[in-house]
Amino acid sequence: MKFSEQWLREWVNPANGTQALMDQITMAGLEVDGFEPVAGKFSGIVVGEVVSVSPHPDADKLRVCQVRNGTETVQVVCGAPNVRDGLKVPFAVVGAVLPGDFKIKKAKLRGQPSEGMLCSESELGLSDSHDGLMELPDDAPVGQELSEFLKLNDVTIDVDLTPNRSDCLSIKGIAREVGVLNSLVVEGPEILPVEAVHSEVPDIAVKDPEGCPRYLGRILRNVDLSIESPLWMQEKLRRSGVRSIDAAVDVTNYVMLELGQPLHAFDRKEIEGGIVVRRAAQGEKLVLLDGQEVELTKDTLVIADHAKPIAIAGVMGGEHSGVSERTRDLILEAAYFDPITLAGKARHYGLHTDASHRFERGVDYELARDAMERATALLMSIVGGEPGNIVEVVSKQDLPEDRTVDLRETRVADVLGLEIDRTTVEEILTRLGLHIDKLLKDGWRVHVPSFRPDISIEEDLIEEIGRIYGYNNLPVTEPTGSLGLRPQEEAVRPVSAIQNYFVACGYQEAITYSFVDPKVQNLIDPERDGIALANPISSDLSVMRSSLWSGLLKTVAYNQNRQQPRIRLFETGLRFIKDGDRIDQQPMLSGVVAGGQLPENWANGRRNADFFDVKGELEVLFQLLGIEVQFLASQHPALHPGQTAELIRDGEHVGWMGTLHPQVQKKLELNGTILMFELFLNSVVSGYVPNFKDISKFPEVRRDLAIIIGGDVGFADVERVAKKRAGEHLTALRAFDVYEGESLGEGNRSLALSLFWQHPERTLNEEEVHSLFNGVIDALREELGATLRS
Amino acid sequence: MENLDQLVQDGLAAVESADSLQALDQIRVEYLGKKGVITQQAKTLGKLSAEERPAAGQKINEAKGQVEQAINARRTDLERAAIEQKLASESIDVTLPGRGQDLGGLHPVTRTLQRIEQFFSRAGYTVEQGPEIEDDYHNFEALNIPGHHPARAMHDTFYFNPGTLLRTHTSPVQIRTMADGKPPFRMICPGRVYRCDSDMTHTPMFHQVEGLLVEKDVSFADLKSTVEEFLRVFFERDLEVRFRPSYFPFTEPSAEVDIEWGREEDGSIKWLEVMGCGMVHPKVFEHCGIDAEEYRGFAFGLGVERLAMLRYGVNDLRMFFENDLRFLRQFR
Repeated sequence: MKFSEQWLREWVNPANGTQALMDQITMAGLEVDGFEPVAGKFSGIVVGEVVSVSPHPDADKLRVCQVRNGTETVQVVCGAPNVRDGLKVPFAVVGAVLPGDFKIKKAKLRGQPSEGMLCSESELGLSDSHDGLMELPDDAPVGQELSEFLKLNDVTIDVDLTPNRSDCLSIKGIAREVGVLNSLVVEGPEILPVEAVHSEVPDIAVKDPEGCPRYLGRILRNVDLSIESPLWMQEKLRRSGVRSIDAAVDVTNYVMLELGQPLHAFDRKEIEGGIVVRRAAQGEKLVLLDGQEVELTKDTLVIADHAKPIAIAGVMGGEHSGVSERTRDLILEAAYFDPITLAGKARHYGLHTDASHRFERGVDYELARDAMERATALLMSIVGGEPGNIVEVVSKQDLPEDRTVDLRETRVADVLGLEIDRTTVEEILTRLGLHIDKLLKDGWRVHVPSFRPDISIEEDLIEEIGRIYGYNNLPVTEPTGSLGLRPQEEAVRPVSAIQNYFVACGYQEAITYSFVDPKVQNLIDPERDGIALANPISSDLSVMRSSLWSGLLKTVAYNQNRQQPRIRLFETGLRFIKDGDRIDQQPMLSGVVAGGQLPENWANGRRNADFFDVKGELEVLFQLLGIEVQFLASQHPALHPGQTAELIRDGEHVGWMGTLHPQVQKKLELNGTILMFELFLNSVVSGYVPNFKDISKFPEVRRDLAIIIGGDVGFADVERVAKKRAGEHLTALRAFDVYEGESLGEGNRSLALSLFWQHPERTLNEEEVHSLFNGVIDALREELGATLRS
Repeated sequence: MENLDQLVQDGLAAVESADSLQALDQIRVEYLGKKGVITQQAKTLGKLSAEERPAAGQKINEAKGQVEQAINARRTDLERAAIEQKLASESIDVTLPGRGQDLGGLHPVTRTLQRIEQFFSRAGYTVEQGPEIEDDYHNFEALNIPGHHPARAMHDTFYFNPGTLLRTHTSPVQIRTMADGKPPFRMICPGRVYRCDSDMTHTPMFHQVEGLLVEKDVSFADLKSTVEEFLRVFFERDLEVRFRPSYFPFTEPSAEVDIEWGREEDGSIKWLEVMGCGMVHPKVFEHCGIDAEEYRGFAFGLGVERLAMLRYGVNDLRMFFENDLRFLRQFR
């Protein structure tokens, strides 16, 4: 909410200056977002009076004026269309400085001397208005400094109010806070009932008392809306960020800013029959004041006449029934609308108005009558008119309940950590407008006024006390209490250990958005429908990732486009998959590798990373985690059909590793071979706790062999068959050479293996080893068709 | 025997001029070997009388010793020279870069999260995780933000359908943990959160850490010390911290926390908002089946990117999620 500091000081005027005042309310929870002087920086501007206007002999659009400045009459050449005899205007005399350090000097315009300048509002930094000269009231004293006349030594203060503080959406409310903080009495204008001079009253029917527990209407006849609202009112509105429209609108806005009650004025002649407050019929149409036609939904509370809706209740009036210069009779509305009924309605129609902002947060439900009287009196003082009686339709049972809240002294101390004496507590509560109904044994029974809908429980009162007492005046103590000991599972590695491992392997951690481009996701995971957001920020961030690869591959593209050929990235995070009615949200660990395996230098060369580089890194990761994972040849839509491994741990699928499918790579416009992996984090983090075994004192025996196997036989097959026959004392089996060549026959490979045996309690003898070794060879021959290479 | 002195002189000269171990060995054989010229002098002893023999023998031995000593000395020299030559030939340019992998790095958000987690772990807080696709109840209702609440407008929420959404804060994890367990609690909930907002200073996804302490006897004063200590440890500075009244539906009283961040032109402290906090609202306890008369709690929340930006001087929030390697590498 924006307001004029001067206006506030009319209600309560503490001794502190602007900055101190702003700091004070900020620290009370009304956060000042900013402030702005109400006018540009200028000097030498006085109230001038145009005493004669004659045409410029050499320019059609210019006029030669004689202007009084209080001490003399000087000639000024002026091009504004509204310059005329007798007009009072801001006058920049010779020597004046306008905003932007623009100095006024004697000049000649098309040959005519001009001593000074008549100013528009925009030239003074008062508004953006370029509609000619700023017109001052007829009674403005000629020669007075303009800043003095307009009281321009003022700032607009912008407070960013939290949604609970609807009571501060008015000068009255902010003044109340300032009064409490400075222990000052707050005084606003006196509001007296306006006496009716005729008996005409509006016909009001409230069909939805729940949505509108209180509705007040009054007829004001024979107003003259050709009369503008006075400058002081326009200025207060302007300094509170509200544009002046006409007297009727200005007064309703003025009272809203002053007291916090939104009001509305209808043109009586456009209202057929009477006023009905009801829910809209589905599809009913209404053209709003801003010219927009809306189709109403049936949960929308509207103000209607007997034929049609004339306003969205608490949001915006209709164009048709709005007031204009020709309006003679007004119907003034002041109501209390239920915040829950109005919640989200303005937004539904793409609107956010000063009224809806207040009603949604809760307006003082006892304020409508005072506001109506205040508005009537103000209107009559400007546009005249004959007031009728106020008609009030109220449903007591639908109004918010009158609340009392019990506050315990001990609870104040327990929550705030400080005992605050009773008088201080009482003083704070009372100044906030809370009424102490009764003293209790351990505290107070507090009556909550209608303007504080946010207070309903003891904690709300404690907050008020803490806030006014000052959070920074409360003590600072260390929390005590039990520090329960927690289990610490040794076999489970923290994710940070995995992250650190990849960092040591040269990987950079990435964090990509959890929502991705459905087109990219479709390439990676074509068989699954992504979980789509109903309101995505953009179409390329519109489905939840089913794999972390989508984001990582986009990151590869981003960096390849920025001359980064060597890319090693990993990420941890959830992936989201629809599983019937459930959504499966699994933490994953994924990585991508592109470009050189090692950073290019004199010793590393420039070999690109390949499958076995990344597999090796994963194998070390699995050692780190203390788990055994098998890599089985498999198929994945995103991966190269001949370079894909499914990762299996104890028969459970734990992830994928492979080379990006060349077609996917092409579609994503990525360069070079790209290796990828993705693991289910929860399936790999728990390993084992080491269990010591005696170290054998007896020698280890090694035997090597080379076999030729067919293309359909994998190393894993060889290993499995060999291990099965090598007996319990086999300690290791390694492939130390793989060779493919034409001499071996189409698709065949030669595989060289070493096998190691060791017995824990004795030396193995030659015959034993020989027999095991031959057994292995036989098994490989029989089960896999392997032939021994000579 | 006059010959002997000459032989010694010759021998010493030869040793002196030997330029390799091989040449030196030849000289040794030539002079001191079985058939060496000095060794051969012993044969002349037979021609001498018994009285002369010992002195002559000694002379020969002395001559042998003299040459042998010279040979040994020369050998040591030659060996040293050989080693030096070998070493010289083996010298390398130690300033060339090493072979092997480069270091990667953690994302600055993770780096920041780890520091935050470390602080709170030491203070006895557990680290709790939860789903990111949440339901309305855990994200809003249970946190005292019913459907019509104006605070919902503060959360620009991503929805899948009316009841399912992307969590707008990590507070639902606190709800789940409290509902599943028994007080007392000390936990922090770090993680990704989502708001439907994207511009210079907002990204649709960011990270939060929310903390919660529930004990029988805990007050706003305890909250103040926890938050102040955390901020001083995090920034490694004894900075000024202030608590400003604010509003969150799930805490009451609520505060926003500002830290001292430089000075204004007039010398006054420039304050920067970094955290929100407050005492747990009784309604929240009620939703989690905790008796608000028996237990009290405090909660706090912070934006990880914001702290990372302040800590490392990053000036554009959006860089965190562009994952430009030239940005990421600065944090390794």
